[in-house]
Amino acid sequence: MKKRMTALAEWIDEKLMPPVRRFGHRLVHNRVIDIRINSVVLFKTVTIPMTNRRRESLVGLGFIAIWIVGYVIFTLYPVFYSLYLSFFKVTMDGADLDLVFQGINNYRASFLSDPYFVSVLIEYVLEMIIYVPVTIVFALIIAILINQDIRGKGAWRTIFFLPVIITSGPVIVELVNQGATTLPSIGEYEGITMVLDNVSEFLANPIQALFDQILLVLWFAGIQILILLAGLQKIDRAIYEASMIDGAGPWTSFWKITLPSIMPLITITIIYTVVAISVFNTNEVIIYIRNIMLGESTPALTTGYGYTATLAWIYFIVMSLIIIIFILLINIKKGFKS
Amino acid sequence: MRTIMKRHYGNLIVRPYRHMKEIAGLLRKKDFAQAKSRIRRLFFGMQFTDGLLYTLLIYTLLVSLAYIYLYPVLYMLTNSFMNMADIINVAVRWIPTTLNWENYRIVWTDINYPRALLDAIILAGVPALSATVSSAIVGYGFARYRMPLKKILMALMIMAFIIPPQVTMLPTFRMYSNYDLLGSLRAFVYPAILGQGLNGAIYILVFYSFFKMIPKSLEESAQLDGAGPLKIFTKIALPLAVPAIIIVFLFSFVWYYNETYLAGLFLSGSDMLTLPLRIEQYIINFISIYPEGSQARELFQAVRLAGYVLALLPLLVLYFFTQKHFVESIDRTGITGE
Repeated sequence: MKKRMTALAEWIDEKLMPPVRRFGHRLVHNRVIDIRINSVVLFKTVTIPMTNRRRESLVGLGFIAIWIVGYVIFTLYPVFYSLYLSFFKVTMDGADLDLVFQGINNYRASFLSDPYFVSVLIEYVLEMIIYVPVTIVFALIIAILINQDIRGKGAWRTIFFLPVIITSGPVIVELVNQGATTLPSIGEYEGITMVLDNVSEFLANPIQALFDQILLVLWFAGIQILILLAGLQKIDRAIYEASMIDGAGPWTSFWKITLPSIMPLITITIIYTVVAISVFNTNEVIIYIRNIMLGESTPALTTGYGYTATLAWIYFIVMSLIIIIFILLINIKKGFKS
Repeated sequence: MRTIMKRHYGNLIVRPYRHMKEIAGLLRKKDFAQAKSRIRRLFFGMQFTDGLLYTLLIYTLLVSLAYIYLYPVLYMLTNSFMNMADIINVAVRWIPTTLNWENYRIVWTDINYPRALLDAIILAGVPALSATVSSAIVGYGFARYRMPLKKILMALMIMAFIIPPQVTMLPTFRMYSNYDLLGSLRAFVYPAILGQGLNGAIYILVFYSFFKMIPKSLEESAQLDGAGPLKIFTKIALPLAVPAIIIVFLFSFVWYYNETYLAGLFLSGSDMLTLPLRIEQYIINFISIYPEGSQARELFQAVRLAGYVLALLPLLVLYFFTQKHFVESIDRTGITGE
């Protein structure tokens, strides 16, 4: 076997590589482009000196070239095309799209005459306001618990990371349908009922939803737990010992040492949480957009695909705003403290 | 004996045990003041964090959170084994009276499980592999080479992570249908190989931070010996990056396996389907055959769960063998290190 491998390697070196090398040489030493040791000559006339810096960035660009091409094809083009479509009434004419310019009518329609979208969107925003902090707080609590001096750290991490492995759309939908995502009787506690009765319905609905789906919210915390845990482990134990000698209890050292040092990671987890919850396909807004696109719940006012693009863009903007606001809030607090 | 106990139970058992022995001795000597302070020490420790009370608190919290996390999984597992009598019987809540493999057999034969599983593994594995290859190359390019606009390019990459698929889905869908990519594996492989796969930005960031951690001197010495950039990448950087490669491949495999939104869009109508989607379709077909309220439909609740357990089984097995890579991923790749 080994003999054959060496034979193969020799064959590649002797027979296969020379033509390839010759071809490569032709490619970079011809009339159009001639790559010399310290310059590149274009069309035998224009000479560009190659500095080390330039060569380095060229090689780097070579490495990321596939990504740039992919980005233009699969991200930039679709993003701008859908932005463009969102200003049109789009109907399918066979395989072609039939475009009629609408101005900002699509956007106006989505807010003014599509009752369902606005209500789903508001519900989504409220849910995010509650879900994101809850997810991150839970992730932080679990990360701190695992970071304690406990037995079987690996086993605990395995348990808390399990949801990341098994959260796929249909499975979650099935679990929600069968009522397996709500802890039995958690909604029946006196305290919770009292709170729900006393806040306005506007807030009560998302809170109720939170308790109905508390498991889902916790399940979204898997990756965040790992991120925060990695951050916690990087904090030098000596700092805690020093603060202990100066008389700080666990409570104080949490607020003065732990939290400030993992603040940057919290920003990352915020982005991750918002994105993960927003693009997960049990999300009402996403279901609505999909239904509109497939024409399953067509309101009378739609402009076809154009309207879908509009909704998607509004959703994207709202989502980005939520991320920005959360990050700003965190940073304001940080600035205030220091 | 004591050393064994210490190794296995650590502070939880040995120290309280020793404390209690000493307290009993003090009580026998009628030294109540000393005993009182000892008891206090036992429960609250020198600081609060090394007392018995604190340890109990930590473990209680961990166990209850772990219960919450595992509840849906346990629910699925146990309920999928129930037969008709168990489902109707209110007294049977957790443990089925008999291990009823019938539910699994029904799903197994109805969807031709081995075939469906093979499809699902190909559907997840090939894009995951392409994504791993491309993100390794791109991540290396970003980590090792200075180039103009690098910051902006990386910001664009993160943007791509935040953009919800709903924004790009429409133009992408049209593009795919124009180039006849719908309903085939290529619809997932092409973006993946260009670094735009599912969560592509995360993989690139993982490789980016991993390659940043590898000391540059290794590569510089190879460069002095005359190795070109490609040779350095394949011969030095890649062999060092094996942990990152495993992690990225595992994560992207799991995410592609569980992806349902885009898969439902691009693959609908073809024979290739991800396993969760195939189960979902099977269930929809099943429901349409049997009328509301019929006995078969009641039983079907368990069959559905059995189906989803079968859908998750490959991932659970994968996780069981590779959980170390998953839970240590974030430490190893240092993605939080910026």
